[in-house]
Amino acid sequence: MSTEALVVAQNLRKVFPAPKGMKSEPIVAVDDVSFELFPNECLAIVGESGSGKTTVARMLVGLETVTGGSLSVRGEDRNKGARGLAGRRRWAREVQYVFQDPYSSLNPRQGIGDIIQASLSLHAPGNPGKRELKLKAGEILDSVGLGSAFHRKFPHQLSGGQRQRVAIARALAADPAVIVLDEAVAALDVSIQAQILNLLSDIRARREVSYLFISHDLAVVNQVSERMIVMEQGRVVDAGNTAELLANPVHPYTRSLRAAVPGPGWKPVRRERLAS
Amino acid sequence: MSEALLTLTDVRAVLHSRHQSQSLLNGVSFSIAKGEALGLVGESGSGKSLTTRAVTRMLDPAFEVSGSISFDGAEVLSMGPAELRNYRSRDIGMIFQDPRAHVNPVHTVGDFLTEELVRNRGLAREEVEQRAITLLDEVGVRYPERRLTQYPHELSGGMLQRVMIASVLLAEPRLILADEPTTALDVTAQSDVMAILDEQRRARGLSLLFITHDLELAAACCERLAVMYAGEIVEQGAHVYESPRHPYTIELLGARPSIDQRLERLPVLQYNRDIHEQLKAEA
Repeated sequence: MSTEALVVAQNLRKVFPAPKGMKSEPIVAVDDVSFELFPNECLAIVGESGSGKTTVARMLVGLETVTGGSLSVRGEDRNKGARGLAGRRRWAREVQYVFQDPYSSLNPRQGIGDIIQASLSLHAPGNPGKRELKLKAGEILDSVGLGSAFHRKFPHQLSGGQRQRVAIARALAADPAVIVLDEAVAALDVSIQAQILNLLSDIRARREVSYLFISHDLAVVNQVSERMIVMEQGRVVDAGNTAELLANPVHPYTRSLRAAVPGPGWKPVRRERLAS
Repeated sequence: MSEALLTLTDVRAVLHSRHQSQSLLNGVSFSIAKGEALGLVGESGSGKSLTTRAVTRMLDPAFEVSGSISFDGAEVLSMGPAELRNYRSRDIGMIFQDPRAHVNPVHTVGDFLTEELVRNRGLAREEVEQRAITLLDEVGVRYPERRLTQYPHELSGGMLQRVMIASVLLAEPRLILADEPTTALDVTAQSDVMAILDEQRRARGLSLLFITHDLELAAACCERLAVMYAGEIVEQGAHVYESPRHPYTIELLGARPSIDQRLERLPVLQYNRDIHEQLKAEA
């Protein structure tokens, strides 16, 4: 494993302007966030809803602009937009995104085989012919556990777990260095969740890829990630080795997240009254 | 065990469509005592939500329902319209997964909370508002007076779910049906909302039917659990979480990642319909 970081975020900041016509302040969604993602590792970003974890990921793939600080992938600055179509494609090839909701992230009018082939024809090296694309798409779908019977199906014919496999296959088709998994297993049943988590670890056993794994589920994070950062209200409040942080949480916010996970002997607790 | 409030006996639901009939509830039986919480646990498609719909008689007319659902001695399946309306509005209260889908976005929180009691029970609006304010405060909503004039989009998901709890408590039901009330919330909000629900239920001696896919959460909040698979309850009782006996429950518990230890691979459920049918045939 090389020690040069793939993704480097330094003092990253995102401010959303105040909604028009409202007497409110601009919203600081991400404030002074720094982290590094190394090749072939899984870094988890943990936090409650509204903590800014998704905004960090969206900035990484260019779905949001960066307000301040710097964000680079393989040493290339991503603060400013990509240059031209070719540049955008190259960026997309490096970082792929798997969304939480497999029901809305797949085009309902596109067959499963076509979804993968579309991603391949955008990103595959050289200029593969139709037959080659089809063959390659088949291999990729196979690798996520979807056999040839699925190629001609449409998203509505699949279960939630199968759709999430398609979304992962589509990301893999770009042969990316980084896959952002934004709450990718949160909407799945326990049995399906286990299968997808195993699939994610299988993929890493076969090829080099890094995951930026966004989740609020600490048990899942413990299963997949080596390191994690904890975000609260746009800031990183805690960071370190996942197993160590969860075994001995020191920061009060990490402790409160840890304490909210159900387990043997656990009882729900009320936190202090909320203002918002 | 104390007196049963809700008793389901061999409830079956068959969905008839033009070409086929599908049996989706295959003899569900359980009962909830007064003041007791029962956790109904299962994966998507196991029939948990269908069961609550049967209890509220809100199943689509295409379903043929048989068996018996008895609420405090009255047979729900044979209630007439007036009786049914009374049962739905006074005896049971429902909390859903997505509170935003169950409030009217153009009405204020205050309208939402007071409408039912003012229109259908003839109470004075001021009086209901006072009670709503007290309740909102109890379920941990700060500045309750101000909330009444706010619209649903101004509140966060966790906050809106508390408003839902308050609205259910306001009607003073005897049984609360909570269908995945915390699935859309993150862990801290989940812990919070469940603590409030638990505390309020105990203080008022209400019964609770808690539907969830999370066995650990259900175990923490309920006295007894019932595990559903393929429209049947495969195992129920107070022992389910600590010492599960049914293979499906055992596998389901094992498949959930643990916060204390990382496994090389998560065990994948082997249990399927074939094994299920085979086990039933043997029993």
